[in-house]
Amino acid sequence: MSAQPLTTVMDETASAAQSREVVHTHVAASTGPEKAARLNAPTIIDINNVDFYYGPTKALHGINFEIKEKLVTAFIGPSGCGKSTLLRCLNRMNDLIDGTRIGAGSIKISGVDIYDPSVDVIELRKRIGMVFQKSNPFPKSIYENVVYGLRLQGINDKSRLDETVERSLRGAALWEEVRDRLHTSALGLSGGQQQRLCIARAIAVEPEIILMDEPCSALDPIATVKVEELIHQLKQDYTIVIVTHNMQQAGRCSDVTAFFYMGRLIEIDATEKIFTNPSQKQTEDYISGRFG
Amino acid sequence: MPAPFSNTYSNGPASEQITKIRETLLLMASLTTRNLTLALRALVERDEKLAASVEAEDSQLDELEISVDELVINHMATHAPVATDCRFMLVASKISSNLERIADQAVAIARRSLELNKEPLLKPLIDIPRMAQIAEGMLRDGMTALIERKPELAQEIIRRDKEVDMINKQLARELTSFMLEDPTTITRALNLTLVARSLERIADHCKNIAEEVYYLYQAVDIRHERVGSPQA
Repeated sequence: MSAQPLTTVMDETASAAQSREVVHTHVAASTGPEKAARLNAPTIIDINNVDFYYGPTKALHGINFEIKEKLVTAFIGPSGCGKSTLLRCLNRMNDLIDGTRIGAGSIKISGVDIYDPSVDVIELRKRIGMVFQKSNPFPKSIYENVVYGLRLQGINDKSRLDETVERSLRGAALWEEVRDRLHTSALGLSGGQQQRLCIARAIAVEPEIILMDEPCSALDPIATVKVEELIHQLKQDYTIVIVTHNMQQAGRCSDVTAFFYMGRLIEIDATEKIFTNPSQKQTEDYISGRFG
Repeated sequence: MPAPFSNTYSNGPASEQITKIRETLLLMASLTTRNLTLALRALVERDEKLAASVEAEDSQLDELEISVDELVINHMATHAPVATDCRFMLVASKISSNLERIADQAVAIARRSLELNKEPLLKPLIDIPRMAQIAEGMLRDGMTALIERKPELAQEIIRRDKEVDMINKQLARELTSFMLEDPTTITRALNLTLVARSLERIADHCKNIAEEVYYLYQAVDIRHERVGSPQA
C-alpha cells in the first residue's frame, strides 16, 4: 500500500481499481525528485469507496483515495461538496449527529478500520486531533486548556504537565507570546492566539493526525500567516488534513490537494499540479473562480 | 480546458481584465504586422515615406507593451489567477514583449531601406521577400494559434523558423561573395545582410510566441529544444 503512487483521478464510471490508477511522472517533473519521493510517503489513511448518509440523503459517493503520512492534504470544493463531512468521518465526529451512517466502504487508519465495532472512539480521537473553524478555547487558563486532554487521561504529574505545556505551546508557535501569563484566562488571547492555543491543545495529547476545518477563516491576514507557518512546521511530525475555502491557502500550505464536488472526489494530485495544470475541467473551473 | 479566449467567467472584473489583455495583444499583433509589411514595402518599392511611417508608429507599440504588463500585474495582484489563467498572465507578458521586439526589427529594416534607397539595387530582391513572407506567416499563425487554441499549429510554426535560418545563411554567403569580388558593394551588401538578420530575428520572436502558445494550452515548456519539444 505504501508504494501506491499519489495521483488518483476519479471517474464516475471507473471501477474502484481503476480510480487508483496513477499518472505520476508530472510530479517528479514539476517538483523535483526529492518532493516526488516525499509525496510517495507511506499511506496513513486509506479511504476506500466510502458512501456517507445524513438520514436518507447521500452526502458522499464512493470516495476512494489515500492520505499520505506527514504531508498536508487540503480538501477544497464549493459549499456542500462533502469536504467537511469527509473530514469529520476521519475521527468519527459524525457519530455525534443523529441519523448519519457510513453506507458503504471503509476508512482505515494505519491499517485499522476505524468503523469496526471493536474500535474505541475515545482512543481514536486521541490519535486524531481536530481544530475547528472558530477557535474554541475552554473558559480556563491557557495552561489548563493545554493540559485538558492529559487530565482527562488521569495524568496529573506536575512536571509532566509543565513539560507538555511548554512543548505544545512551542509547537504551536505560541510559547514566546504567553509564557509569562500561562495562568491567565485563555479568553483574553487574540483570535489568532486562541486558534494557535487550540492547535497546542490538539498536539498536547501527541496525535498522529491533525484535522483542521477551515482553521483560518475567522482570522486576520497576520494571524493566518502565523497559523500557516505553524502548519508548515507541524508537518515534520504530524499528518495534517485541512479543509479550506481559500484557494491561495490550499496552494501555500498543502502538499496534496483533493477537489470535491457534489459529494464526489473529482481530482486529487500534488498541489502544484492542481493549481498549475489540473487534469479535470471542473477542478480548473472551480479554482479559477468560474463556479462555486 | 477553459481558456482565456473562451471566457467562461460571468461578466465580472476578472473577465473584463482578461478580455482587455487579450484585446491589447491582438491590437499589438495587428500593428506589428502592419509595420512589418510597411517596412518590407519601403524596401522593395524604395519608398522613403513608408519607411518614415514605420518609425513613427513604433512608439505606440512601446506604450502597448507597457500597458499589457500593467494589466497583467494588476490582474495577478487582485485575482491571484491559477492554472490556465495563471499561465496566460505569464504568456501575455512574454508575447507582448516579443511583438514589441518584432516591431523594433521592422524599424531597423525601414532604416536600412532608407540607406539602400540612396544607391541602385545590388541584386534583385528574392530571398529577403521570401524570408519576410515566411516570418509574416509565422506571426499571423502564432496569433491564430493563440486565439483559436491550437497548440498543434504552434508546433508547426516552430519548425518554420529553421527555414528562415537557412535562407539567412545562404544569403549571407552570397552577399559575402559580392563584397569579396567588388569592395564598392560593401555598404549595400552589409545593409542587406542586416535586413536579413532582422528578418531572422523576427522569425525567432515568432518562434518564441509559438512556444508560449504551446505552453499556455499544453502546460509543457518546450523552449530551448527541451525533451518533448517538436524541435528536439
